[in-house]
Amino acid sequence: MKKLINRQPSKLTAVVLGLLPFALLLLLYLSASGARLAENPDDRLLPAFSTMAESIERLAFEPNRRTGEYVLWADTRASLQRLGIGVGLAALVGLVFGVANGAVPYIRATLSPLVTGLSLVPPMALLPILFIAFGLDELSKVMLILIGITPFIIRELQGRALEIPDEQIIKLQTLGANTWQIILRLILPQLMPRLISAVRLSLGPAWLFLIAAEAIAATEGLGYRIFLVRRYLSMDVILPYVVWITLLAFLIDIALRRFSRWRYPWFHAMQR
Amino acid sequence: MPIIELKNVWKEYGREVVLERLNVRVEEGEFVTIVGASGCGKTTFLKMLLGTEQATRGHLLLDGSTIPGEPDGSRGIVFQRYSVMPHLTVERNVMLAGELAANRFLGIAFGAQRQALREEARQMLEQVGLADATDKYPHELSGGMQQRLALAQALIKRPRILLLDEPFGALDPGIRRDMHELVLSLWRSQKLTVFMITHDLEEGFLLGTRLWVFDKTRLDVQAPGAYGARITYDLPVEKTSPPLASLNAQLADTARVLGH
Repeated sequence: MKKLINRQPSKLTAVVLGLLPFALLLLLYLSASGARLAENPDDRLLPAFSTMAESIERLAFEPNRRTGEYVLWADTRASLQRLGIGVGLAALVGLVFGVANGAVPYIRATLSPLVTGLSLVPPMALLPILFIAFGLDELSKVMLILIGITPFIIRELQGRALEIPDEQIIKLQTLGANTWQIILRLILPQLMPRLISAVRLSLGPAWLFLIAAEAIAATEGLGYRIFLVRRYLSMDVILPYVVWITLLAFLIDIALRRFSRWRYPWFHAMQR
Repeated sequence: MPIIELKNVWKEYGREVVLERLNVRVEEGEFVTIVGASGCGKTTFLKMLLGTEQATRGHLLLDGSTIPGEPDGSRGIVFQRYSVMPHLTVERNVMLAGELAANRFLGIAFGAQRQALREEARQMLEQVGLADATDKYPHELSGGMQQRLALAQALIKRPRILLLDEPFGALDPGIRRDMHELVLSLWRSQKLTVFMITHDLEEGFLLGTRLWVFDKTRLDVQAPGAYGARITYDLPVEKTSPPLASLNAQLADTARVLGH
């Protein structure tokens, strides 16, 4: 028999093996929840799937009696809007400064230490300042995401720009390019797929900052909702919301990856 | 007037002398191949022609005036690797020089101008044997085809001199032979002036009209950096039968001392 390190599962086996832990966790939850509910039918800690389904049906498909809104969709829209604006702005600012730092030594010498310094500031510690400076509305939440992930994106893109072979930069000059053209025709297009992968990496922190900001001050949003219903121990709402947030994060990641593979095939071929 | 002239050119890094007392003239249309042990300043010399390194003493002249101190359109280059833009298709790679000239701000050509550039690129690609690959990306090409593309991309700019830095060093022998034919035919048809570094003496004699050997005339084993390399042989290729064996032996000696 071959050594374990040399044995590869077949495609089907790999899928089955991959699903197995999920199934086990589900099973574990079902049995634990069943045991608790048998002892106390009013137990709120591990609600049955039917209870969760009822709650979600109420939040997603019945208008709220007070506001007339469909709570789940209103929360989702509010959160995605904040996340979208925050991450979008961070990507834009990150691209501009990442390209400038990566391309022009004089700009890099001026700004790179500042960016490194800023990236070491824990963004959550700045949240009170943001609330004071920008109020408790949308702006401070967007700013937290922006401040939280922009330094990372800048540093990432600067690093990737410096990895572009000198040969290509010299070659472009021998074809008559000036500095601006080198940025526009060589550095910017080569950094675009790297921007997407930097954004994918920073989506995790972005969600963290979003939910944290919503937990502290908001009137709607996915993070706001789970922290609101925590007071009533409403696990039947919290658990589906967490699953829903995870699903959203997963879908955004997949969409970005698909887009990158479609738009920048040369990049993904070089990665292999 | 010679196209390239060196008047007592030196290149030093601090106390280390890389090249010393280079005095040489190259006429338009010559194909200069450069051989020498590694560490003998071949690449430094090419970089001085390219403009990424400057002579520390003496004068390096292109068409009678000091050579520009940074790379520009007067000198074309093909490196061993990374010479083409991976994010552009073959055709766009070759159109690049024209597009950069057409629009100084965007570096992109539009409309009729773009059509003309495309047509020109197609013809150039035909010449280097890439007519069937216009819409491919460089990563879809073999190593030899990528170097063909790099040549096409450089030559469409019509540089005064073409610099080749071991362009075929990474290719298989069969592919190299094809590339030799291609380079010679381009050199003849476009009346190029070429400087080419090679590790392969036979390749140097096969392609060049003139072969330079870079070597250290004085070599201090205790301090290999004390003296620079010079052009120890400047051989007009057609008139000499290549003294391959003795040259190879000399280069190997120097290489041993330099520890490469």
